[in-house]
Amino acid sequence: MTATEVPPAEARVLGTRLLRKEDPKLLTGESRFIADLVVPGALHLAVVRGTVAHARIASIDAGAARAMTGVVAVLTGADLRGEWAAPMPCAWPVTPDMKNPAHYPLAVDKVCYLGDGVAVVVAESEYAARDAADAVVVEYETLPAVVDLNDALSDRVVIHDEIGTNKSYVWELAPDPAAVERAFADAAHTVRGHYLQQRLIPSAIEPRGVLVVPQPFGGDFTVYSSTQIPHILKVMLAVTSGISESKLRVVAPAVGGGFGSKLNVYPEELLALALAKRMGRPMRWIEERSETPLSTIQGRGQIQDIELAADADGRVTAARVQILADMGAYLMLVTPGVPLLGGFLYGGVYDIPAYSFTCTAVFTTKTPTDAYRGAGRPEATYAIERAMDELAAKLGVDPAELRRRNYIKPDQFPYTAAAGLVYDSGNYEAALDKALDLAGYADVRAEQERRRQAGSIRQLGVGVSSYMEMCGLAPSRALASLNYSAGGWEAATVRLLPTGKVQVVTGTTPHGQGHETSWSMIVADRMGVGPDDVEVLHSDTAVSPYGMDTYGSRSLAVGGVAVAMATDKVIDKARQIAAHQLEVAAEDLELSGGSFTVRGSPDKTIPLGAIAFGAFTAHNLPDGMEPNLEASMHFDPPNFTFPFGTHICVVEVDTETGSVDLQKYVAVDDCGNQVNPLIVEGQIHGGIVQGVAQALWEEAVYDGDGNLLTTTMIDYLVPSAPDFPSFVTGTTVTPSPSNLLGVKGVGEAGTIGSAPALINAVVDALSPLGVTDIKMPASPQRVWAAIQAARTGTRDGAPTISDGATAGDAWRSAGADEAPRRTDDPTAGGTVTPGSPATPEESEEDR
Amino acid sequence: MIPAAFDYKRAGSLDEAIGLLGEGGDDAKLIAGGHSLLPLMKLRLAAPATLIDIAGLRDLSYIRDAGDSVAIGALTRHHDLEHSDVLAAEVPLLAHVAGTIGDPQVRHRGTIGGSLAHGDPASDLPAACLALGATFTVVGPSGERRIAANDFFQGFLETALAADEVLVEITVPKAGGAGWSFQKFNRRAQDWAIVGVAAVRNGSTGIGLVNMGSVPLRAGAVEAALDGGASIAEAASHASDGLDPPADLNASPEYRRHLAEVLVRRALEEAGRRS
Repeated sequence: MTATEVPPAEARVLGTRLLRKEDPKLLTGESRFIADLVVPGALHLAVVRGTVAHARIASIDAGAARAMTGVVAVLTGADLRGEWAAPMPCAWPVTPDMKNPAHYPLAVDKVCYLGDGVAVVVAESEYAARDAADAVVVEYETLPAVVDLNDALSDRVVIHDEIGTNKSYVWELAPDPAAVERAFADAAHTVRGHYLQQRLIPSAIEPRGVLVVPQPFGGDFTVYSSTQIPHILKVMLAVTSGISESKLRVVAPAVGGGFGSKLNVYPEELLALALAKRMGRPMRWIEERSETPLSTIQGRGQIQDIELAADADGRVTAARVQILADMGAYLMLVTPGVPLLGGFLYGGVYDIPAYSFTCTAVFTTKTPTDAYRGAGRPEATYAIERAMDELAAKLGVDPAELRRRNYIKPDQFPYTAAAGLVYDSGNYEAALDKALDLAGYADVRAEQERRRQAGSIRQLGVGVSSYMEMCGLAPSRALASLNYSAGGWEAATVRLLPTGKVQVVTGTTPHGQGHETSWSMIVADRMGVGPDDVEVLHSDTAVSPYGMDTYGSRSLAVGGVAVAMATDKVIDKARQIAAHQLEVAAEDLELSGGSFTVRGSPDKTIPLGAIAFGAFTAHNLPDGMEPNLEASMHFDPPNFTFPFGTHICVVEVDTETGSVDLQKYVAVDDCGNQVNPLIVEGQIHGGIVQGVAQALWEEAVYDGDGNLLTTTMIDYLVPSAPDFPSFVTGTTVTPSPSNLLGVKGVGEAGTIGSAPALINAVVDALSPLGVTDIKMPASPQRVWAAIQAARTGTRDGAPTISDGATAGDAWRSAGADEAPRRTDDPTAGGTVTPGSPATPEESEEDR
Repeated sequence: MIPAAFDYKRAGSLDEAIGLLGEGGDDAKLIAGGHSLLPLMKLRLAAPATLIDIAGLRDLSYIRDAGDSVAIGALTRHHDLEHSDVLAAEVPLLAHVAGTIGDPQVRHRGTIGGSLAHGDPASDLPAACLALGATFTVVGPSGERRIAANDFFQGFLETALAADEVLVEITVPKAGGAGWSFQKFNRRAQDWAIVGVAAVRNGSTGIGLVNMGSVPLRAGAVEAALDGGASIAEAASHASDGLDPPADLNASPEYRRHLAEVLVRRALEEAGRRS
């Protein structure tokens, strides 16, 4: 190929299925995770955790523990209270009057959830630390647990005396309440959905861990943590510990997944830092898998009420939403903001002119909630997509057709939604059509009908879910309007080194996403170098001082775009040097195949490598130009991005046993332009699994005393490959106009689209039997109970309203709300396991 | 997931293992594949003072044609049961059941003797051995004795094994021409069964139940009903007669009773098709 030829499309790097650079190191064990880091002289920490959900600490006797071999110290919350310059951080005070009880790394007077730390053991080995933690005797004066959200709201038992209520905040989004009222008054049809988002336990393959190393002199500390947010963590560690930010370096080594659970500032990180400072030795803490369910944040935890108003044709005219959100015992880094991220999206992909949303947030005596893959958006999508199926059933319209009728149309973009967001681009119908085609929709419906006619034991159900999400967080000004205490920008530095290799420094923090590969492809595509010529540095605040890290599907749409923009700056400077050396105008040069060539004069060419070396020697640069080829970009995007898609699944329900078998899963996702379709598919596959897991398997079950019953991976059901069919994935491409790559983000899409598709399918399979809803997870027992209840007309399988705040509605059968709760109710989320302390709370969430 | 401290001893022979068991008393436990014991130790639900590792006793790993029966060494891994030609021809139920345990990693470590000696009512092999009418050979300081599967499982995680005895061999009557079925009902592929049913129809009928009580059980009422000429559906309705199935997060006793009836019926139907 000569330099003047335009590279054929297939020669471009962007959009190709390049194998990930990260994988050889991961697959051969070369990658170093937190537990792999061995520092001579390190001491090991074990946290003594509360064994009751809610209690005053009467006494702590650490005498026996201190006397054990290898134990260096045992320190209580009171011993360490003086170490903290500020309480643990919450970065999202969503309302001016939000209640945020002070929260320290170790509890001082009382524990407020099972697993709350009360003391820390410092020992010469992790074994000694663990044994000694068991030997610390804590006496508690037990207080009543607060498990049920409505019970919390009643303030029957107030958890935090200093704030005097369990209500943290009420956040309302009601741009035009009168329009909503009018729409409901004028509606030909209304439906109401009442849904429960069970708590989920994030289960990254690598548990958390931290290692703090005091530097030999100067009073500096290096903090290694299995975190998604080294940059944010550095700031927060400084604020809470009182150690100057300039003395802290935070490094995230190889991190084995996070899904939001490592987007936080945890007590153990602060303890390790404070103890390293206090004792002058490296401090290491590695989370045990059995600690994770108690000591790492949990996801979801909402009770949702959604109402839709529709005209005679089924066009939705208003959505009115109220949710009750479970904060857990304390507000962690972004706990209160999670419901808000969904608060804008309960209108889904539909052209709904009137909208209102209210979130009431309450404290409970459970592990704090926070961001978990999707963070608010899976909850919102679940509610609107279930409600759309309710509406379709009420109207007798095919659910796909009802969605088609209500979609925002391609010519309406940019579309200003009633909730106030401006959606960048979309073509929802194209994704639906492709999904219907890939699913063989008509054939599946025919087979479903055949089985229904035959009265088959194994009924088919088809579930459709269209989703849209806001990601690519985001314009800093928009975040300011939500009171989020951080910006939404991202930083990148690109250096064309003297040898022609490229060094990229990114402020994103990959922990499985493949940024090293994708950022290399972005640079390679623009410069014409090979992806292997690009090295990506990240996750170390000494190397990348600026960054907002990785969460919320933001890295490509903000950080990747920043890399592209910095690359363009480097190319622009290189072009000036090339023009100078070739003695032509810069506009006459074109960059192709890694060389600048004068347009129309293919022999007048200079490769980037030569320019890079020239910029390094600085022997022959234009007058006034600084040496070297380096550029930085701090990109603050003008808008969020709005990926979308339609997922369709087919389930077979064994109506004798209640077992649900997922037989086919079709996902058509549009995340704008794709950098690497292989990575996109990986994200979609994993996302589907996580969403289906919520629909069918995962649930953090608490009993009435606030004890978590699902503390092992035997009881907390994380599915794996044998539990799934091969997925059928398709894409449409609607570029985002908000950034120069036209990308949107895909990290959470699969999770957002899949749970409602699954439950819609299960309900669809059972609708001829009279089942109208199934609570997640749709366990065999729950499905069986719903079938039994529908047959006997008691509807016990559907969730019931206990708060009395909403009136009855036609879709729910008369009498359902009044159905007495039977103590032997097989729909109850769980019954006594041998040795478990009490029956699960007969609360709405557990039913 | 760090277990309490323990001593570890590796037995070089069966006699040495028995001797070490005698020395260790109640605080000593045998370990073979470790897939039942180690998780309990890591959760600190079990804290034996001494582990006696018998995994090196390779001469206890075999599957042999023994005339009217098949003899299986106690240290035979699930994977070897699953892929045994002898079992495929003579006791296909056992090979099939072994192939449903856990995942490939578990099946490459776990042993049939370990599973039976653990006596977990939620395990599959005990129910299969009950249905098949297996006999267990155990050896202790005073010699060898044989225990019928029916008499082996005595309480929750309790068997007829004395503290200083080692299970060495499982003898299973040949049932190559029999109809058989194993119905395993679980939520994830690798899980223990919520309820499982192993059935063998060979003139008479043997039915073992998984996770329907505190011990591995036979569905005696179903077997009796069939002997009395009841139809499959009628007999299956007796699946949980006299039983006290456990409650856990996956299933209430009522749901377990329902599942047992459905699964016994399906097992008998499938066994009928296979015979």
